[in-house]
Amino acid sequence: MPRPKAEDRTILLDARAMSRALQRMAVEITELAHGTDDLVLIGIQRRGVELAERIATLIAKDEGGQIPRGALDITLYRDDLETVGPKPVIGETHIPVDLTDKHVVIVDDVLFTGRTIRAALDELADFGRPKRISLCVLVDRGGRELPIQADIVGKSVKTATGDRVDVQVEELDGRDEVDLIQ
Amino acid sequence: MVLQGGRVIDPSRDLDEPADVLIQDGKITAVGRGLTAPDGALVRNVKGRIVAPGLVDLHVHLREPGNEDEETVASGARAAAAGGFTAICAMPNTDPVTDNQAAVGFIVRQSGLAGLARVHPIGAVSIGQKGERLAEFGEMVSAGAVAVSDDGKPVVSSHLMRTALEYARTFHVPVADHCEDPTLAAGGVMHEGLVSTRLGLKGIPAAAEEIMVARDVVLAELTGGHVHLCHMSCRGSVAIIREAKERGIRVTAEVTPHHLTLTDYACEEYDTHAKMNPPLREAADVAAVRGALKEGVIDCIASDHAPHAYDEKEAAFDEAPFGVVGLETAFAVAHTELVESGLFTLPQLIRRMSTDPARVFHLPGGGGTLAPGSVADVAVFDTTAKWSVDPAAFHSKSRNTPFTGRPLTGRAVLTIVAGTIVHEL
Amino acid sequence: MTSSTLGKDLTGLEHMTPDQIRLILDTAEPFKEVSERPIKKVPALRGKTIVNLFFEASTRTRVSFEFAEKRLSADTVNVAATGSSVSKGETLVDTARNLEAMRIDMVVIRHPSSGAAEFLGNRIASNVINAGDGKHEHPTQALLDLLSIRDKHGKIAGLKVCLVGDVLHSRVARSNLWGLTKLGAEVAVCGPRTLMPRGIEELGVRVFGRVEEAIEWGADVLNVLRLQLERMETGFIPSLREYYRVFGVTPERLERSPKPITIMHPGPMNRGVEIDSRVADGPHSIILDQVTNGVAVRMAVLYLLAGGRAELADAAKRGSE
Repeated sequence: MPRPKAEDRTILLDARAMSRALQRMAVEITELAHGTDDLVLIGIQRRGVELAERIATLIAKDEGGQIPRGALDITLYRDDLETVGPKPVIGETHIPVDLTDKHVVIVDDVLFTGRTIRAALDELADFGRPKRISLCVLVDRGGRELPIQADIVGKSVKTATGDRVDVQVEELDGRDEVDLIQ
Repeated sequence: MVLQGGRVIDPSRDLDEPADVLIQDGKITAVGRGLTAPDGALVRNVKGRIVAPGLVDLHVHLREPGNEDEETVASGARAAAAGGFTAICAMPNTDPVTDNQAAVGFIVRQSGLAGLARVHPIGAVSIGQKGERLAEFGEMVSAGAVAVSDDGKPVVSSHLMRTALEYARTFHVPVADHCEDPTLAAGGVMHEGLVSTRLGLKGIPAAAEEIMVARDVVLAELTGGHVHLCHMSCRGSVAIIREAKERGIRVTAEVTPHHLTLTDYACEEYDTHAKMNPPLREAADVAAVRGALKEGVIDCIASDHAPHAYDEKEAAFDEAPFGVVGLETAFAVAHTELVESGLFTLPQLIRRMSTDPARVFHLPGGGGTLAPGSVADVAVFDTTAKWSVDPAAFHSKSRNTPFTGRPLTGRAVLTIVAGTIVHEL
Repeated sequence: MTSSTLGKDLTGLEHMTPDQIRLILDTAEPFKEVSERPIKKVPALRGKTIVNLFFEASTRTRVSFEFAEKRLSADTVNVAATGSSVSKGETLVDTARNLEAMRIDMVVIRHPSSGAAEFLGNRIASNVINAGDGKHEHPTQALLDLLSIRDKHGKIAGLKVCLVGDVLHSRVARSNLWGLTKLGAEVAVCGPRTLMPRGIEELGVRVFGRVEEAIEWGADVLNVLRLQLERMETGFIPSLREYYRVFGVTPERLERSPKPITIMHPGPMNRGVEIDSRVADGPHSIILDQVTNGVAVRMAVLYLLAGGRAELADAAKRGSE
């Protein structure tokens, strides 16, 4: 991510706060799904995948068993493919199980305009017919352009259009931190 | 008319000095310093210019009869005059083919009507250029043909070539051959080499030309006839001709300005304006033909002016016809590439473009000389003129040149045929 | 524009950078996954019109492109144009203008004249993809070959790859030559002298007259080219039987190699002419993988070439997160 020049950088969640949030989200997911029997976590590329992995581990610690998790890259379903400059790199999509009759929980790092989730819903529909799809995000920064809401939120924050929410995860960026850059 | 103050270069008399030229009744009356103009004479100040015999092009394709939209005798004669040519020889691969005295006479008449550069017809070697039966050389020559050729195509049958050479002796005309072995060249569209490999285009090997050059030389020796080899392009051909001349065989040869300048790299972007037959070859071939021209192993420059309609060249490389125009760029290209580079002196170039071609075909009415008493076919050049090739400005009806946009130095500014101005810049 | 972004057209590999080639191969990977889904379709090229303009008969390449286009949700039109022998060139120019007048987004063209794809690309604003022009190039074939080699061997640089057969008339060979050398492979060609193009050594390629020599050299991969039957009629080789005996890729010849040699063929195969059936169906043959990869590679090419006007990239920058 390009380092912004001389603006305000506020830490929204440090490593500890992020860990706490993830733990709470894991519990909330289990509650929402009434257990883990038909639960599938699908992380949105990128970073949503790492978060989904962590949450799945947290849930398994409490409930036992293995929670199926997958990765979804929504590039090919974007509504702005026509206008975006050089074509974006397409990440891996891996759906481990048949989604029919499952409760799919989409996991993403930041929810903003809602377009990514719209693309994810379209893509998931091509993989089967889940019983239910829920949305779990680490940060909800407002600014919706589509009627989409998250069922489970790690942290809500009000932001302006020019702001950036920068999520870093240990696995990819070397540390856990969520910053707001204004 | 008096041409005053120019530098007169007359290779026929080894003349190269400042002098005036006096023209009267269509003839050159005098060449010398400080000539007085008779009363009422037109005086042209040509200070700083070169005054030379009008250029002669032995190999031109005019598309009349048959494809008048591409070129006619008149438009070709106009283009020739613009290039400093006072005489050109028109190949017979028209539609119908110029293979009889009526067709030859037609060209002569059209040339007369145009009244610009002289157009001398070349008659076909075989009826319809089919390579089977000899055409009537005698009749065609009496009607005005200055040579015979099946150019466009080679004379494939060695027997036919032999009889043509023998028969042509009777009428004192050369047989001009397009040297190409048809089975080797079949389907080829450019020179066979690294570039053709990269472009995935079928190549014409140099051997296709060399084989026919060797054959023609052998037959010239056998028959004692005069063979003129058209548009030489390979170093192998040069070697064969040199050896033949050393042995006294009656062979002459010509080379085009584009073969003196461009290589097969010109085809790289599938530019059909670089597609001609024989094809552009390698740098070593260009060097060889330049050296041969300077030596005299190749006798003269001839343009092989081949007009084509724009939409014919607007095609995939394989499908486009062969050929480029050249009358209006020949002198400038040769001057820029050979004289400006120091390879040739100006008199040497003019010799190869006027005196020598006129001698090779011993054209009726002479040409290639400014000797007093000879016909007044004169070209005046500005060898300092810098210009850039713009096909839209051509006098020719066709625009297919490989030199578009090329900066050149040297241009004909005044062309006179039989004492009449036929071109003036 | 970075060095790896592609231009408007894909006409050949000769003038592409290694980065551009790698970009296509990398982009093909996720598209392989799309072909494994129950619904083999993504909306990436929805609403785009693509014309498959085939002046030469071809089932497999055309079908492969068609699958690629349809899996990207594009609208496909097949035009099988058999130009008359007199006016082929004219037909191409007119066809180009007609397509442009119909506002086609992309054209996939196969034509018997070398340079035809570039010719078309220079005259219309639509993207032009070369599906084989004369003997010049067949870039998507080489790209899928590269991907297949990379999948099998994990890399391309340093591998010894030999193209076997009629290299003179092969656009697949030329494209492979460019792609392989740019990605660092050592390339050789092997076949009868009559079917080797002039100057091939100057392109950094070794030339072998016998398959045994290529195997001794240590080939890791043999890409066996199809011998067109008319080569015999036009006198380049005396007979198919002799071709098979001397140049055929047979198990006996392959046995001489200390290491297994990967076998490839662009198809369709002349079994018993250039390749023995036991080799084509053998354990080291990746011929069918080539076909699978073909669709993915073509999807990647279409995806990378389509749309994407840089000046509107700013609009996209306003957070679609």
